[in-house]
Amino acid sequence: MSAIILETRGLTRTFGAVVAARELNVRIAQGEIVGVIGSNGAGKTTFINMVTGYLPPSSGDILFDGNSVLGRKPRDITRMGMARSFQVAQLFPKLTVMENAMVALVAAEGTQPSFLRPLDTPQRREQANAIFEEFGVSRYRDALVNTVPQGARKLVDIAMALVSRPRMLLLDEPTSGVSSEEKFALMDTVMAVVRQYGVTVLFVEHDMEIVARYVTRIIAFYSGEIIADGPPKSVLGNARVQELVIGHDLNVNSAVGENA
Amino acid sequence: MSLRNYFSSPTEPALLLAAAVFVAGAWVMPAWLAFLLTLALAKALVVLGVVIQMRAGLVSFGQALFYCIGGYGVGLASQYLGVGDAFALLALGTVAALLMALACGWLLTRYREIFYAMLTLALSMILYGVLVKSSALGSTDGFNVSPPSFLGWVPEGDARKRTLYLLTVFVAAAVAMGFHRFMVSSLGRVTEAVRENEIRVEYLGLSPQRMLFANYVLAAGVSGLGGGLTALASGHIDPDMAIWTTSGEFVFIAILGGTGHVVAPFIGAIVFSVLRTFAIQEAPNTWQMTLGITLLALILFLPKGLWSLVDRNKPEVSA
Repeated sequence: MSAIILETRGLTRTFGAVVAARELNVRIAQGEIVGVIGSNGAGKTTFINMVTGYLPPSSGDILFDGNSVLGRKPRDITRMGMARSFQVAQLFPKLTVMENAMVALVAAEGTQPSFLRPLDTPQRREQANAIFEEFGVSRYRDALVNTVPQGARKLVDIAMALVSRPRMLLLDEPTSGVSSEEKFALMDTVMAVVRQYGVTVLFVEHDMEIVARYVTRIIAFYSGEIIADGPPKSVLGNARVQELVIGHDLNVNSAVGENA
Repeated sequence: MSLRNYFSSPTEPALLLAAAVFVAGAWVMPAWLAFLLTLALAKALVVLGVVIQMRAGLVSFGQALFYCIGGYGVGLASQYLGVGDAFALLALGTVAALLMALACGWLLTRYREIFYAMLTLALSMILYGVLVKSSALGSTDGFNVSPPSFLGWVPEGDARKRTLYLLTVFVAAAVAMGFHRFMVSSLGRVTEAVRENEIRVEYLGLSPQRMLFANYVLAAGVSGLGGGLTALASGHIDPDMAIWTTSGEFVFIAILGGTGHVVAPFIGAIVFSVLRTFAIQEAPNTWQMTLGITLLALILFLPKGLWSLVDRNKPEVSA
């Protein structure tokens, strides 16, 4: 088995009397593509927010590459090699797609942004163009971000997270807000890039078709707890998962297909 | 190397050309106009400080703090340290403003929106309160600043005024070129990104607070320089340099000129100075009303300031 890249030990988060995450013990190996499923309020986003430093856990520990990330700021965790995208694409709406990418490239350089060197350099432009090619958003490069379609925005958001070549990527509902016609194309693009880069991926998703098609493992959350963890076929076929998470019977063989 | 390679954009040769016109004007314009332009350009430097903060999404209602520190730095160094050289005095005024910014920037850049605006205002009013209560610093009357020398040369009368005007033009042109480069630099653009989406900047691995701090210190330095030039040109400093209406004036000029380009604060400051001079002359009892109506009209018809008149042919980029 590959080395463990992310491990949580007894991760718990409470909001007053509400337990959003209870004693979560998760181990993710390098190279895995893990889907996190669960109904609304199950604790999926809380989990991602704790792992990426947005939300401090009430108790427990988070180890990335064997090092605790507790108390670290999101930017430090990003620099350690764990990037994330958001449910609602987090971009710079009044900058162009090219400028968004260039800001990400500056950040990925690992030094403080320069006072006098321009943001827009031929080298960064070339790097950005290569990224746009990979993600299929080249035609939007000179458009203001707030004018491009939702699917392209999502791709730019994920591309920006990948600019620093992280070892792990966390995606929070990558296909939310994207039309059903576009969602598979979006995921095909993203997955092709992450496989090429060898990035470990953990993504939260409501769409079972998406989860079943792309992941190698599923973790099912319910009411802040993990109720199932394993290969897609076994988790999606789990009666408790079908009752509490999916809400209906799922034709597992058809959904999982060759990914089983 | 061709000029095209040397200059980063057409803005820089345009700034040099404008500076040359201002310099040539020194020998043909009346003294009152040269004085008015000296003060306007000095104020424009302070406004430039306000503008780079606005571009980062923060409005400072206390930029007069650094304007006043720059002015008092010049005045105190001249009066108590016996420094007479204009360049040394300006350097001291600027350094004093930078030191103050380094001391309070870490606190202020933790805050956003109205909290930032109010804290900047509070700090400038604390300085104002200290100055009006301090008889050693001239209390409410302030004190006069001795005429400076320029690298050992001590001009008299009109020559002194013209030299100060020329010095201000050179400083303003140099600062404008430097700030133009800053505005298109990695740091300048990242501070705009902070305005747009601070969370994203953090998750890209950068510290938004550190970016804003650098921006704040830079704004303070240029504002201190503006205050120093004002002190030398007017020959007098008083606590009103730190009062909230002075800060309000800088915000007014920033809105008047716009925040879209390094030249905008200079246009705003010159238009404001001319407008106020004529408003006071033509309607001495209601000049504030004239300025108020102007601001109202500007917000209604040119919300992005006078610079949008220059920039209006730039096409909107959309998908």
